[in-house]
Amino acid sequence: METVETEYQEINDLLAKNKHYREGFETKTKVETFDKGINEDVVRAISAKKNEPEWMLDFRLKAFRHWEKMQEPHWAKAKYTPLDYQDYSYYSAPECGACGDACATEGDNATAIDPEVAKAFAALGVPIEDGEANIAVDAIFDSISVSTTKREELEKHGIIFCSFSEAVHDHPELVQQYIGTVVPYHDNYFAALNSAVASDGTFVYIPPGVRCPMDLSTYFRINEAKTGQFERTILIADKGSYVSYLEGCSAPVRDSYQLHAAVVEVIVHEDAEVKYSTVQNWYPGDDDCEGGILNFVTKRGVCEGANSKLSWTQAETGSAITWKYPSCILKGDNSIGEFYSVALTNRRQQADTGTKMIHIGKNTRSTVISKGLSAGKSDNTYRGQVKILPSAEGARNFTQCDSMLIGDQCGAHTFPYIEVENASAMVEHEATTSRIGEDQLFYCQQRGISEQDAISMIVNGFCKEVFSELPLEFAQEAEELLAISLEGSVG
Amino acid sequence: MLLNVQNLQAQVEETEKQILNGLNLQVNPGEVHAIMGPNGAGKSTLASVLAGREDYEVTAGSVDFDGEDLLDLDPEERARKGLFLAFQYPVEIPGVSNKLFMQTAVNAVRDEKGLPELDMLDFDEYAKEKIELLEMRNDLLERSVNVGFSGGEKKRNDIFQMALLEPKLCIMDETDSGLDIDALRTVANGVNALRSPERSFIVVTHYQRLLDYIKPDHVHVLYNGRIVKSGGFELALELEENGYDEIIQQHKDA
Repeated sequence: METVETEYQEINDLLAKNKHYREGFETKTKVETFDKGINEDVVRAISAKKNEPEWMLDFRLKAFRHWEKMQEPHWAKAKYTPLDYQDYSYYSAPECGACGDACATEGDNATAIDPEVAKAFAALGVPIEDGEANIAVDAIFDSISVSTTKREELEKHGIIFCSFSEAVHDHPELVQQYIGTVVPYHDNYFAALNSAVASDGTFVYIPPGVRCPMDLSTYFRINEAKTGQFERTILIADKGSYVSYLEGCSAPVRDSYQLHAAVVEVIVHEDAEVKYSTVQNWYPGDDDCEGGILNFVTKRGVCEGANSKLSWTQAETGSAITWKYPSCILKGDNSIGEFYSVALTNRRQQADTGTKMIHIGKNTRSTVISKGLSAGKSDNTYRGQVKILPSAEGARNFTQCDSMLIGDQCGAHTFPYIEVENASAMVEHEATTSRIGEDQLFYCQQRGISEQDAISMIVNGFCKEVFSELPLEFAQEAEELLAISLEGSVG
Repeated sequence: MLLNVQNLQAQVEETEKQILNGLNLQVNPGEVHAIMGPNGAGKSTLASVLAGREDYEVTAGSVDFDGEDLLDLDPEERARKGLFLAFQYPVEIPGVSNKLFMQTAVNAVRDEKGLPELDMLDFDEYAKEKIELLEMRNDLLERSVNVGFSGGEKKRNDIFQMALLEPKLCIMDETDSGLDIDALRTVANGVNALRSPERSFIVVTHYQRLLDYIKPDHVHVLYNGRIVKSGGFELALELEENGYDEIIQQHKDA
C-alpha cells in the first residue's frame, strides 16, 4: 500500500509548487469605477456611460429584470461558493476613456490611450498600434475597448471590426438584427447577467464573398479588482465569406474571486466559414485557487446557411473554474460544426467544459475532439451533447474525448449526452483515459530525456490533434502555456 | 574499468528496508556479466540503483562509471553518459511515437557528446539501419511507445532503443521474464548483434536458459544483497544443476 503512495508523491509534490503567472502584474492608472452593487440604476448608468440608444437600454433592462428572478446555477461539476453580486462593481475604465468609446477607440490614434494601459498591453505582447504584425487587434481593458487596429485596411474590404460599444452606435441595424438571436437573454443565468451589464467586446462583420485578409483578434485584460467583466462579442460571416478569429486573455493576481461572464454569438451564413480560436490563460488563483477567475461563458454559433462551417478551437489553462460549452447549431443543410479543445487543470482548478452540437439541417456533420489534462488536485469534466433532431436526415457526428491524469489526486469525468431522433444518423463516440506516472517519467529519464521534457513530450503527444487545429501563432503559445502550467512546478 | 561498484549498500527509501549489503562488482569494457540469484536477493534493486531510481536510497559505498561518480548524477545524466537499462516491465507512453521518443533520446545523448542533433530525415535513415539489423517491423517508428505491444515486442523495442543509443553499459533487468522460446531467441540475437569491445552488459536473470544464447564472460550469484560467488560460464550450469540451496546454506548467516 505504501509503495503505491510513494509512486505518485513525487509527481504531486512537483506539480504543487507555485508557478509564476507572468501576467499577474497590476496596472496602476486613473480609472473610473462604479460603486459596488447591481440594481436597475446601475444598469441605466452603464448604458448612459456608453451613450447608448434607447433600444440597447431596453435590451439591458429586460435582461436585468429577468435575471433578478433567476437562481444561480450549481449543476456543474465545479464547486464554488455562491457569489455576492452586490460585492462587485459593474463598470471600470481608464479615465481618459471614460468619456465613452469615442476617444478611446479612434482607430489608429494611439495617443488617446492611457500610457499605463499601453504599457500593460506591451508587457503582454499585444500589439495595440498598427504595425508589422499581420493581425488586427481589439484590446479590451476592464470594461472598455482601448484600441482597435488595422481598421482602415479592413474597411477597404467592407469588413467591420470594432468594439461592441462602437457597433451599437455606428451599426445599430446590424447589432439589433443579431444580438440575442443565438444566445437570448433568458438562455441561462449568466447570459441574463451579461445582457444586463455587458461591458464591451468585439463586433465583426464580414461582407459576402470576402475572405478576411488577416486574422482578427481580441485580447481581454481584467485589471481592476472586484469588478466583473462581461464581454459581449458578435461575429457575423455573410454569404461565402471567411474569417479566422483569435481570443486571448489574462488578469492580475488577486486574492478574491473575479467573475468573467461572457457571451459570444456567431452567425455563419451560406457557404461561409468561421474559425474561432481561444487561448485562455486567466489567473487561476493561488494553490487553492483562491482569487482566481470564475470563467462562466456562453459561446454559441449558428450555421445558418447551407454549406456553412464553424470551428471552435480552444486551449484552456487558466481560471479557478472554467464553465463553458462552445456550441454549434447546424441549421443549414450540409453545414459543419467542429470543436477542438485542450483543457488543463492543475492544483485545485476545476473545469466543466465541452460542447453542444445540434443537428437540424440535412447532411450535417460535427466533429468533437476533446483532450482533458488533470494534474494536482484538480477536476476536469467533459460535458457534451450531440442532439440529432428528426429533421436532420443523414447527420454524422464523431466524438473523441480523451483524459490524461497526471499524478494520483486529480479527477477526470465525462458526461456525454447523445440524443438521436433520426434513424439515418451516424454517431460515433470514443473515450480513453490514461495516466502519466512515475514509471513513464523514469522510462524517459533512463533514455536521457529530462523530466520536464518528458512531461512536455507526453502532454504534447496527447494534445497533438487539437494543437494542429490552432492558428500557427496560437499553437505555439498554447504549447508554451501548457508547458508552463505544468512545468513551472518542476525544478 | 568501466564500472566499479564498491561496498554498495542501499535501502528502500520509504520503508528503510536494507536490500543491498555491501555489493562489489567490477565490469570492464566488452565484458558480459550475468547476475543470478534467488528471489529477493536484490537483483532488480541493483539495476534500479545503478539507473538512479529514486525509490532507493544509497546508504554507503561508491559506484564509479567510466571515471565519474555515478551516484552523483541524475537518471537522465547517467543515461546520456552511456548507461542503459532494459526494463523488466517496459511501460507504455500513449500519444508519443517511437520516432519522436527515440529522436529526442538520441539527440540528448548526441548533445552530451558534443555531436550535432539529427533532424527528422537523418534520424529516419539512422533508425532504418538499426531496424534492418534487428529485423524489426517497418511500422515500428510510427507506433506509440509500447502501446498495444506484446510482452515480447516491448522487450525487443528496448533492444532497438539500445541499438539507437549505443550505450557503454547495458543493464538487462530480467529481460527473459515473460518470454517464450522464440521471443527469447530474438532478444538474444539482438543483444549479440550489439556486442562489441566498447560495450559491456550486465544481464540479470533467474534462469540459466537465457545464458545459452547470451554467453557471459562472468557469472555472479547475488544473495542477501551482496555477491557471494563468482565464476565463469560453468557456474551457471552448476546452478542449473544444483539450484541455489548450497550457496544459500553457505552464506545464510553471513
